[in-house]
Amino acid sequence: MAREGKINGVRHEYSNGKTNGTLARANGHHKNGKHALKENWRDNFIETFEQTPLFVAVLTYLGYAILVVIGHIRDFLRTIGIEKIKSCTEPKSPGFVPLYQSWESFYTRNLYRRIRDCWNRPIASVAAAEMDVLQRATDDHGWNFSLTGEKKHVMNFGSYNYLGFSQNTGPCADAVEKAVEKFGVSSCGSRQELGYTDLHRELDDLVAEYLGVEDAITVPMGFATNSMNMPALVGHGSLILSDELNHASLILGSRLSGATIRTYKHNNMKDLEKKLCDAVVHGRPRTHRPWKKILIVVEGVYSMEGSIACLPDVIRLKKKYKAYVYLDEAHSIGAMGPHGKGVVDYFGLDPREIDIMMGTFTKSFGAAGGYIGGKKSIINHLRISSHAAIYSSTMPFCVIQQVLSSMKIMMGKDGTDEGRKRIQQLKWNTRYFRRRLYDMGFILYGNVDAPLVPMLIYVPARVIAFSRLCLERGLGTVVVGFPATPIIESRARFCLSAAHTKEMLDKALSIIDEVGTILHLKYSRQPPPVFSEKDIELIQVHRFLY
Amino acid sequence: MATVPSFIPESWEMYDMIQAFLQAPSYHLFVEVLLILWIFKLLFFSKQYAPESVLTEKEKEELIAEWQPEPLTPDVPDDHPVLQTMEKNMIHGKPGKYVIIGDKTCINMATLNFLGMAGNPVVEAEAISTLKKYGVGSCGPRGFYGTMDVHLHLEEKLAKFMNSEEAILYSYGFATIASAIPAYSKRGDVIFCDDGVCFSIQKGLVASRSKIKWFKHNDMDDLERLLKEQSQEDKKNPKKAKVTRRFMVVEGLYLNTGDICPLPKLIELKWKYKVRLFMEESFSFGVLGDTGKGVTEHFNVSGDEIDLIAASLENAIGSSGGFCCGKKYVIDHQRLSGLGYCFSASLPPMLATAAIQSLKLIEEDPNMLVNLRENCEKVHEKLSQIEGMMVVGEPIAPIKHLRLADLDMERNLDINTLQKIADHARENGVALTLARFLESEEHKLPAPSIRVSVNSQLTDEEINKTADLISQACQAVLPKEA
Repeated sequence: MAREGKINGVRHEYSNGKTNGTLARANGHHKNGKHALKENWRDNFIETFEQTPLFVAVLTYLGYAILVVIGHIRDFLRTIGIEKIKSCTEPKSPGFVPLYQSWESFYTRNLYRRIRDCWNRPIASVAAAEMDVLQRATDDHGWNFSLTGEKKHVMNFGSYNYLGFSQNTGPCADAVEKAVEKFGVSSCGSRQELGYTDLHRELDDLVAEYLGVEDAITVPMGFATNSMNMPALVGHGSLILSDELNHASLILGSRLSGATIRTYKHNNMKDLEKKLCDAVVHGRPRTHRPWKKILIVVEGVYSMEGSIACLPDVIRLKKKYKAYVYLDEAHSIGAMGPHGKGVVDYFGLDPREIDIMMGTFTKSFGAAGGYIGGKKSIINHLRISSHAAIYSSTMPFCVIQQVLSSMKIMMGKDGTDEGRKRIQQLKWNTRYFRRRLYDMGFILYGNVDAPLVPMLIYVPARVIAFSRLCLERGLGTVVVGFPATPIIESRARFCLSAAHTKEMLDKALSIIDEVGTILHLKYSRQPPPVFSEKDIELIQVHRFLY
Repeated sequence: MATVPSFIPESWEMYDMIQAFLQAPSYHLFVEVLLILWIFKLLFFSKQYAPESVLTEKEKEELIAEWQPEPLTPDVPDDHPVLQTMEKNMIHGKPGKYVIIGDKTCINMATLNFLGMAGNPVVEAEAISTLKKYGVGSCGPRGFYGTMDVHLHLEEKLAKFMNSEEAILYSYGFATIASAIPAYSKRGDVIFCDDGVCFSIQKGLVASRSKIKWFKHNDMDDLERLLKEQSQEDKKNPKKAKVTRRFMVVEGLYLNTGDICPLPKLIELKWKYKVRLFMEESFSFGVLGDTGKGVTEHFNVSGDEIDLIAASLENAIGSSGGFCCGKKYVIDHQRLSGLGYCFSASLPPMLATAAIQSLKLIEEDPNMLVNLRENCEKVHEKLSQIEGMMVVGEPIAPIKHLRLADLDMERNLDINTLQKIADHARENGVALTLARFLESEEHKLPAPSIRVSVNSQLTDEEINKTADLISQACQAVLPKEA
């Protein structure tokens, strides 16, 4: 009966592994597309983190144990020269300290090497709903790969192409072509050193309008948007409260800023409140001086968990403790909310309540780079003192134009309801795909509305088999394991897209079902959460206008 | 793990311990008993620390109500001088050899477009043809279907161009060296770094958390002094020295001074003191050397002597992104530990092919490099003649820093003067920019300067005209000697 405290989707509190979905009504969304009111957002917030079944956990540990033992045996064989080393290893250069310690690459050498074919698969087409994967061959068990020259046409459930803007034809591509003719490729200058053009200003303005904030600044790389701008916001004497599952770029940015960093448990608002309270009451360690400022760093949608930040709670805490909020919407901008404006839109909140709205163009907009939006004074400060504005070149023109065109479609500025269709389709796809997977008995993580669907596989060998079997059957997907996830929580991840049609989803689902049966992946012991895609008004024409 | 249950027979180790205990001399036992007693005392009879005064809820609430944080950022008004300059310098249309600022067409002496690749129609056509096949974004990091064949082609092309075994592609110039350094150098390692390096290297050093030893800019004696110090330290603690990696990090052509690093001497020191050498070539790649390979070619040194070369594709190549190249065993490591490589979406394919095309153009016509060097020398000579100003940097460097000959005590006054010169020049048809710095963050802040960059496509006539206009601007702004 332990139902309390589970609603916020905190995995650590699911002692009995029950999902909170049973609490929710099937109908979480009103017909008019407006999201539920702020007060009862929890009713529609269905997130599951089913506990790892004991037997599977034992099996998983056993799997790793065997791999490690065999790895050590083979390392031993390598040191005494029985087994040949096929990778390029560091030549012995007397006097130099080796660049790598042998234990550092144990994992790479003995575990990752066996399964390398599941990552870095090169493709030879646009990363749209379907793609051509280039076949690779290895004649030395994964040490080296060579391209065979063959292509395999598969469905793409691995790219972050949420709104289906990864296209090589259509109005966006046409506009980009014109922009390249008019502006060229690159600006070769930084924002403050004559790399700032009217196209950059247009983008800044449009992004601000899209987000509903006063102003915005754009950076050519999403990763760098975090790592180069955070140091301009906080510094020594400030505290960063960071979700434990935050992206590497946020961690790097926090570290470069020189502020003190504390992490709180993933999406756990109780833990966040405790740490906030502690920070305000006790001040800095040793000196006990009060902190200069406290910055809460959260992501909108967590890419590995498929969970959504409990933003209303974060804002409540921010107000109570006078902290600032840095929201990274890399995976949610465009993909979440009735207007595609991210988690802020999803919860029906005012974007002005968030101090720093950060996001990327790589995913939903099919471009590259990132932005930061917020109050005019903050953005002005970033314009004069962010690392990105001074020291590195501005966004290439082709990328800017892609963002401009796709964003205008999302805002309905092109005069069609194409943008709305894409949002609806993505939302429907997400719910439909998740519901079907739950019904099949798989363990899924995350929120029913998150377009990233992590499906737990646990056992390392099964992870790899899943990836290979799916690709064979025409489904390209991503698998992730240790160290990107906790050691016993290896998973496959499906990225849904508005470009996926129902037929494609059905086909993908039947492949997953088949492979899941072969590999015994239907671990779930819990009743599936109750939700439905039926209340989303789906535009029946699945092919977009463009 | 849980404690061993009692039904498990004691292991031999336990038996051995008891045996050893019984055979030990009596003073041994005595000392041990004393120790145990002392531990007991510490545990149970130690002076109780005054319990930390626990705050009541009400007190906590008061503290929370009392606390006033600093504003997130200082309030920067719209009329901040830097913002105003930025708006004034906003470019309309293509930033090629000529740029339109306001309604004025100016010769572009500001952006780092050394070979005119930005604005080159062949490069643009190549980018557009890729657009028609791949779209714009790659929609994923390299690991997750973000690797397109064109990325592999570019990596191959770069490795071949640089005569190295392998190249790795990053999607942003700044992130390249800033990710490469911490991929190798960790906490406890030592980095010897030139104190004139650019900001991206400085950030890489911070991210590595290694011990940084700065040597004076291009001062090899100072570097050798530090290396000697290090080797003496190593002798004192050979165990530590065995696991302490040592690196030298230099720039090929220094952005902040326009100098070239003394590479032969650095290599000599590298072998003498067994320190690895990383070189950042963002401003020399595609510029120096007969075929544009950079500083190694300039000094006629084999690229294998340098452990890692990093460069941006945003300057001479006129695209976006950056790359590292070197031996396979060095470079491959970044594919799993280069943060900016693993956790970032890959370079948009059309920018990758634009870079390939630029490289091809350089290979086809190395003459443009000769032109560039000649232009650099001409510009250098012309600018050196301007009264009241001095030019910093090598004559063949495409970056020239034009500084005031007499520096004021106050940096801001100098910056204002220089900005006035740049504004004056802009109004007369030459686009110039000041070298901008984040003053509080730089390791060693360079003196304020106008950073002039040279384009290979400039004709003699244009160079003369530009130099005259800059000279006029200086004369108009600088106070006349009485």
